[in-house]
Amino acid sequence: MKPFPELNGRVAPLDRANVDTDAIIPKQFLKSIKRSGFGPNLFDEWRYTDHGEPGQDCANRPKNPDFVLNQPRYEGAQILLTRDNFGCGSSREHAPWALEDYGFRVLIGPSFADIFFNNCFKNGLLPIVLPAPEIDELFRQCEATDGYRLKVDLAAQTITRPDGKTIAFDVDPFRKECLLNGWDDIGLTLRHADRIRAFEEKRRADHPYYFVA
Amino acid sequence: MEAQTLYEKLWSSHVVHQEADGTALIYIDRHLIHEVTSPQAFEGLKLAGRKPWRVSSIVATADHNTPTDHWERGILDPVSRQQVETLDANIREVGALAYFPFRDARQGIVHVIGPENGATLPGMTVVCGDSHTSTHGAFACLAHGIGTSEVEHVLATQCLLQKRSKTMLVRVDGELGCGVSAKDIALAIIGRIGTAGGTGYAIEFGGSAIRALSMEGRMTICNMAIEAGARAGLVAVDQTTIDYLRDKPLAPKGEAWDQAVDYWRTLKTDEGAKFDRTVELDAAQIQPQVTWGTSPEMVETVSGRVPDPASVADPVRREGIERALKYMGLAPNTPISEIPVDQVFIGSCTNSRIEDLREAASVAKGRSKAPSVKRVLVVPGSGLVKRQAEAEGLHEVFLAAGFEWREPGCSMCLAMNADRLEPGEHCASTSNRNFEGRQGAGGRTHLVSPAMAAAAAVTGHFVDVRELA
Ligand code: SF4
Repeated sequence: MKPFPELNGRVAPLDRANVDTDAIIPKQFLKSIKRSGFGPNLFDEWRYTDHGEPGQDCANRPKNPDFVLNQPRYEGAQILLTRDNFGCGSSREHAPWALEDYGFRVLIGPSFADIFFNNCFKNGLLPIVLPAPEIDELFRQCEATDGYRLKVDLAAQTITRPDGKTIAFDVDPFRKECLLNGWDDIGLTLRHADRIRAFEEKRRADHPYYFVA
Repeated sequence: MEAQTLYEKLWSSHVVHQEADGTALIYIDRHLIHEVTSPQAFEGLKLAGRKPWRVSSIVATADHNTPTDHWERGILDPVSRQQVETLDANIREVGALAYFPFRDARQGIVHVIGPENGATLPGMTVVCGDSHTSTHGAFACLAHGIGTSEVEHVLATQCLLQKRSKTMLVRVDGELGCGVSAKDIALAIIGRIGTAGGTGYAIEFGGSAIRALSMEGRMTICNMAIEAGARAGLVAVDQTTIDYLRDKPLAPKGEAWDQAVDYWRTLKTDEGAKFDRTVELDAAQIQPQVTWGTSPEMVETVSGRVPDPASVADPVRREGIERALKYMGLAPNTPISEIPVDQVFIGSCTNSRIEDLREAASVAKGRSKAPSVKRVLVVPGSGLVKRQAEAEGLHEVFLAAGFEWREPGCSMCLAMNADRLEPGEHCASTSNRNFEGRQGAGGRTHLVSPAMAAAAAVTGHFVDVRELA
């Protein structure tokens, strides 16, 4: 995983609640056995007016001009502003893969679905939860200002608005550390290999019936 | 010792190590694997030169992409076939406790085959790269969906990094009315707490109405815990749990069985234990449910009407309803019973077990598919369910009614195979998600119980199944 950079990114506002993982990346793209290349199909059914299939060249597909990411003012956005319960639905990691592949680094919303939230951190995406009034204000500013950007400083846990206001946010210390350093979870966990082995041996002794081979 | 909830017991018995901020390493007993969310994990493992930690924890099957008819032709879609073949190759290389590949007699939806083979046992931690892993919590095990990075993490370390959840008790007391089933309870709960109501929680389902359910019904409810936002659903062990597991192929036998049962009987919430939140429902008040929108919380009773956004004050909610009605092609205030149905899908890990098929068959018996209904698919959850249903003659009831009787798999629950809706079609579906495009681009899904799906199939619209009796 790449270390998380300090970011001063363009913001795109996606003004809908309960955006589900089927909307983020429709299931036909789940047939891929790769981890990359999902960006062009992010929000496929909203972004294009035709039906997308894997392996297609998306450059010439008819775009839906009303969809927010198709508006020139939001081109190159790295920060996605969302509403409640973003990422609900399936556990597919293709959802954060698609967001990341598209170029997003930060998601800001009032709440995220659990599994999705978790999956973001494993893929260098930072989901930030802010109180609803802060979100409302960000939507207002973003929609009113062409080229609206936010500064996100993960180390300091702050977002800075163009008007200078700084908003603090929470993040798990462990996840923050992993993101900032680009650490691989598996490598970290394997430092505890002896502990895992000892736990497993004890469990096998206490509950042998979970260990049929 | 302090009184503990079932969740706390399961959690504390699996903590290998805990960081100062509460992030814990949790030991995983059972790792269920299917073809869609595992290829990248196996690839990552190989690229890092790592080996699976405990192969005997793995139970795998192919279900999402597999066709449900003409198995002799194999998988025609080359992209789907490649995914299934990739799973075959990975399991061949790595090994597993059990593998039920495409066309195997015990192949089926991963959340159906786990329990019916005794691969899911009380007291375990169970994970799978699939959000409906919550299903297995019906057996008092801590079961939840994980992403592909976590699949790789569990393969490599037999552990998962987790934070402890908050606990919620959903207590459903009283007796269910006739014609009302576990699915209606699940939808009623989601209607009450919303699709984000359970976010951050593990939900334990309790109360006399839950105790009275079979394991199949409990699985249906835990299956939909994720639709209420909760990664895990739980039901305590009782005699029903133990009777179900006896003699299942992978369940312990002989002395080991007795030892296991002694432990399993402790897997319930202690008297006086505290939950972070409690929600209560009266079973007698629950009516047959039908979703009208594009989120499982957009649900009504069958005698109700589609809402009118004009009467909703909150702008985000109002727009959500407007957008859903537009997508669903429904006018405000339409009576639910006037929504016509083009296709019916009876299947999915929510409702494809033997009891679900019996429920649907009891409505279909002696009736026929309404002429206006294009197709009724009945897709058993597994090869074992299929055989059982055929032994009971249920398939004949379905075929006589003009329904199609298919091979097991996920099928039109998410339409990764050839089974799907055409744009604009309304479907009465026993699955769990009514998201836009879920059952085919432009398709319109209404979630219902198996009995309600069969009733819609024979009448051509939604109807209170109790009126058909
Ligand atoms: S039946 Fe549907 S919900 Fe269940 S595992 Fe298959 S695709 Fe997922």
